[in-house]
Order: sequence, then structure tokens, then C-alpha cells
Amino acid sequence: MTTTPTLAVWKFTSCDGCQLTLLDCEDELLALAGQIRIAHFTEASSAAEPGPYDVSLVEGSVTTPEELRRITEIREQSRILVAIGACATHGGIQALRNFADTAEFTSAVYASPEYIDTLATSTPISDHVPVDYELRGCPIDRRQLLDTLCAFLAGRAPDIPNTSVCTECKRRGTTCVTVAEGIPCLGPVTQAGCGALCPAYHRGCFGCFGPMAEPNIHALLPILRVNGMSVDDVDRVFATYAAAAPEFAEPRRDQP
Amino acid sequence: MTSRSRYLKVESLARVEGEGALRIVVDRGVVEAAELHIYEPPRFFEALLRGRAYTEPPDITSRICGICPVAYQVSACNALEQACGVELDPPLIDLRRLLYCGEWIASHCLHMFLLHIPDFLGYPDAVALARAEPGLVEQGLSMKKAGNTLLEVLGGRAIHPVNVKLGGFYSVPDPRDLAPVAERLRAGLDAAVRTARQIARFDFPDAELDCELLAADHPERYPIETGEIHTSSGMRFPAAEFTRHVVERQGRHSTALYATLDGRRYATGPLARYTLNFPQLSATARQVANEIGLGSACRNPFRSILVRLVEVVYAMEEALTLIAGYRRPLRPAVPVRSRARTGHGVSEAPRGLLYHRYDIGVDGLVSAAEIIPPTSQNQAAMEEDLRRVVAANLDLSDATLTALCERTIRNHDPCISCSAHFLTLDMVGR
Repeated sequence: MTTTPTLAVWKFTSCDGCQLTLLDCEDELLALAGQIRIAHFTEASSAAEPGPYDVSLVEGSVTTPEELRRITEIREQSRILVAIGACATHGGIQALRNFADTAEFTSAVYASPEYIDTLATSTPISDHVPVDYELRGCPIDRRQLLDTLCAFLAGRAPDIPNTSVCTECKRRGTTCVTVAEGIPCLGPVTQAGCGALCPAYHRGCFGCFGPMAEPNIHALLPILRVNGMSVDDVDRVFATYAAAAPEFAEPRRDQP
Repeated sequence: MTSRSRYLKVESLARVEGEGALRIVVDRGVVEAAELHIYEPPRFFEALLRGRAYTEPPDITSRICGICPVAYQVSACNALEQACGVELDPPLIDLRRLLYCGEWIASHCLHMFLLHIPDFLGYPDAVALARAEPGLVEQGLSMKKAGNTLLEVLGGRAIHPVNVKLGGFYSVPDPRDLAPVAERLRAGLDAAVRTARQIARFDFPDAELDCELLAADHPERYPIETGEIHTSSGMRFPAAEFTRHVVERQGRHSTALYATLDGRRYATGPLARYTLNFPQLSATARQVANEIGLGSACRNPFRSILVRLVEVVYAMEEALTLIAGYRRPLRPAVPVRSRARTGHGVSEAPRGLLYHRYDIGVDGLVSAAEIIPPTSQNQAAMEEDLRRVVAANLDLSDATLTALCERTIRNHDPCISCSAHFLTLDMVGR
């Protein structure tokens, strides 16, 4: 028996973009495959080994009864479970159904909604099983994924920041788009990890990495409004890729 | 062997994007059922787009697919810009096409080298293949990286780029930023031409799509980022008339909506694009196509890998031409003000034509959205292809036939997570 550690990649309700990030590591993929055996990865391989697995990467949110069952099974089979991406960590954009009538959503999209078997909610993996680590983002950042896998191979904990995007903007040397140009930006309340991508492209952060730890959202709201966002604009920008995150969810925003 | 009843089932289709399964029933030599089941859970994009600002669909719909987010961004922009009566400045049109070239290169190379080639060489995946043929896989990964680098420089990141905006871009690159990209593309172009000869030696089973073909049509260019629509039977219509001809229906046995073209089965994707637009390929792409024996039309889905390779050659060359002619535009985007109108837009996703429609209200919010992804358009053609392949290969063992069925579906590179339109389905045993 080989002692090479094993990796499994699982898909729940999602666009595949986060697991695709692993295949986007063109320079590292083959080297990585020499260090860690990819034992289960349906998108990339027809071969699948049975568990247990040393590390499981889980992409996507839980939206069906079948997924409820499967996540428990995967947890039992995995020594370390890493939830990857906004769907797995916050329910994804499909969690907008949590604030709407899912039955109405279904009949808006499908002529025969009775064929649809779906839960009324889209929930993160950690709502159902203990999760060891979470990589944020819609999609996750490739460098962060590699660092997490390398940390595992080196026997250390991954270095996942819990500061805001602002800190990355400063380190990158990007001029603050809000201060200099009045562009509304969620950087002050959004978790770092993307490398402050959007401001570098002259765009305000739209929060795809979800809320940082203890974000001061109420301090940001008047600044967003001064910079031209209506109450509805503010509601919408928080209700996007991490809509179900409690810190971003609507009731909290309207409190004084 | 052909006289008994057979039931073949693939519970989870590997090396495709998203979750699908196959069900084949053969009774006394007759193919009774050949079904592609898509059990991807629905995400209700068309429902959750209602009430969003008219500026939002490009970012939101890109989340439908991790492999072709640019296709969603561009089809959405085309539809919304049409509704708002806005035309892009010519340099911005070129820049949008350049970004899309990056996606074609990255997506086609992903499909060819990581998902499809293992089928031809008998490996379960590219990692196993790389142990036997490291050169081929490394070459493929470097070609893919050329596409991803282009997406990253122009779009910020390869998956769900952040720089696409209604009317253009949030920021436009300095020509110097594109120089290293051009270097990678030049190396990629050489690698693509070299790889073509290698891939052309693969064994391609016989098969033929006998349905109508549908692709975008542009008077001056091979269709990528926009166009009207034309078909192999000579139909021609603008995006605004798309749903007059293409109608989707929901079937109980299937997980996806089936689209038909005036009631007929049809296919979109690389074979359709290539067969309908061959004269518009570059001289180099046409030369490579001739060298590998493709001719000016191709209807064999197993040879779609060769067509993708020719399209990669084209996209790399086209990207190099666009970079060579690039001057920083005077403004990164044309201002787009909302109008209470309906807009229609199409573009050629790597796996086929992608249609979007939006109704914008007086409040600047989207009141209705409709998205018809390539996989739903191809669903009927894929199943017919599956049926023919099974009927022609009944003498194969169950295991070999099942593997051939899986290959048959992978030939089409279905993007199953385009689940805006897909339903769940319980597998019915028999």
C-alpha cells in the first residue's frame, strides 16, 4: 500500500468553477498529483477509489434531499473537509431563494414544477456537518487553494486571512477607489483572499468572498449612500454571492 | 448477443462539467431508450434575476457556468445593450472579442487535454495519461494557460472575470500588459499546430450527426462574440427572432428542457460553427484543418476534438492579431442608460450558441429573463447520437458499449451545470 495522501473533490449545487480552479493550476497540477493522489474527482477522472480520504474539497451548497444524505457520508469518509467557494461557505447566489418563495421560483422557471425535487433553502456545508476549513470566494482564489493543499502536505494549518479586502488593497498599492473617486466598495467589510482584485480593475468590491470576521457594516452604509447607492442598491449588493451570510442578510442592515 | 435485453446505466458521468447520467435500454436488438439524464439541481437563475438592476445580469449569469463565464457575460451584455440601444466603440468590440478568445482557448484546451484525450488513449484521466505521455499533457496545459493568462490580464481572473461591464470594461489594459500574453499565445499557437498532427492520428469511430446545424453568423469574422443566426438548411434570423424558431419543452423522462428548431432536432457547437463558417477561418487554421484531413465540413462528433483544435489555432491567431492592432481605447466603456425595453443577445460559447433575453422595466430593473444554453439545445441531438452509436455497436460487450456511450456524450462537451434550465430526476430502474 502506498502512503501517498488521498484527495477527493465533491460537487454539490454549484457552477463547477471552484473545482475547476484545481484544473486551472496548469503549472502545479502534475507536480501536485505526484504528492497527493486524486482518488475521487468526477469532473476530471473516470476512475474513483473508495474512501476514506485524507482531504475532501467540497464545492457547492446543499439544495436537495439527496445532497443532505451525501454530505454526511462524505464527512464520515474524510479526515479533513474543506468547503470551497461561496456556495459551500454561504449557500451561493442560489441562496436568494431563502428569502423568496421557492415554489414560485420553480414555477417561474419550469412549465411542470411538479417534476422538481428541491429544498426550499440553499445552505452552506457547515450547516450540516463540521467543516475543518473554509475557502471563500466566487470563485475561490487559486493561490489560496494551492497554499491550503501545500499546508496539508506540510502538516500545518492553512493560512487563511480573516481581515478585510482593504488590507490587501493597501499591500497591493492600489489607490482607494472610494476615497479617490467615490466608487462604492464593499472592501471594508469583505473577507480578504482575492488579492483585492476588483479595485485593481477600477471597480468597487462586490463582496464575493463574503463578510470578514465582525464586519462593521453600519459604518459603511452611509459611505455607500454618499457615493450614490440607493437603499435598494445597497440591499442588492449585499444580497448577491453571500446573500445568506447572517452579517450580509437584510434585517441586520436596516438596524440603526 | 443482440437477441437479449440489455440495460446499461452510467450513474454519474465523469469528465463533463456538472452532474449527468446515462440510461440505455436495448430490447431484442432494438434501442428502446437512449437518454442523457441531467440531475444537476436547479438554481433558478431566471427567477432570481427578476428585480435585479439592468446592469447586474453579466456578473450574475456568469455564475451559471464555471467553464464558460465569459459566454454568459457577453450574451447578457449583448441583450442588455440591444435593449438600451447602445453600440460599443469599435476598439471595445475588439477587446471583448479578445477576452472571449481567451475563454475559447482555455475551455477548448480543458476539454481536449483534460477531459477528452484520455478517451482516445484509454486512460481514466489526464494525470494517468501524463505518466505515459507527459509531453502531450504538458503541451496541453501550457496552451490552456495561454488562454487563462489572457482571461486574467483582461478580465482579472479566469473564472468569473470581474472586469466585464455593460458597455465595455471597468478598465482597459495598457498595451504593455498584453505583451507577455502575446508571447504565451505565440508559443501556444506553435504547440497547437504540433499537437494537431498528434491528435489527427487517433482512432475516430464512425458516427454522423444527421440533424440541422445552427451557429452564429457574422459578415466579417468567424462567429465568437456576437452575430445573427444561420442554419445548415439556409435559415437566417437575428437574435431577436430566436424564440420564434427555437422552442423549449419540458419532458418527464428527461432532466433538461429540450429545444427544437421549428419543431426539428438540431445541433449547435463546434461542428455546427465549423461547418457553417469554414471560409471565415484564418489561412493558418484552414491549412491545419486540411493537413489533418478535416475538410470544410465535419459532422462526426468523435472528430469534434479536431475541430476544437482548429478553433484553438484560430482563436490564438485571432487574439494575436487583436493584440497587435490594440491601442488603448479613449474610454473603457460606453455609458448605458436603461430603457424599458426587451433585449435579445447571442454569442458562441465554446460549446455552442447561448441565447439571453431580458425585459427591463421603467424602474431599470429586470422584470423577466430567459436563458437558453447550448446543452439544452443539443440535448435531443446528443440523445439521437447516443441512440445511433448504440444501434451501430450492439455486438460490443456491456462494458465496452457503456464506455462508448460515455465517449459519445463527452464528444459534445456538455456543460451540464448550466442548470438555469435543468431539473432533477429520479433514476428509473428496469
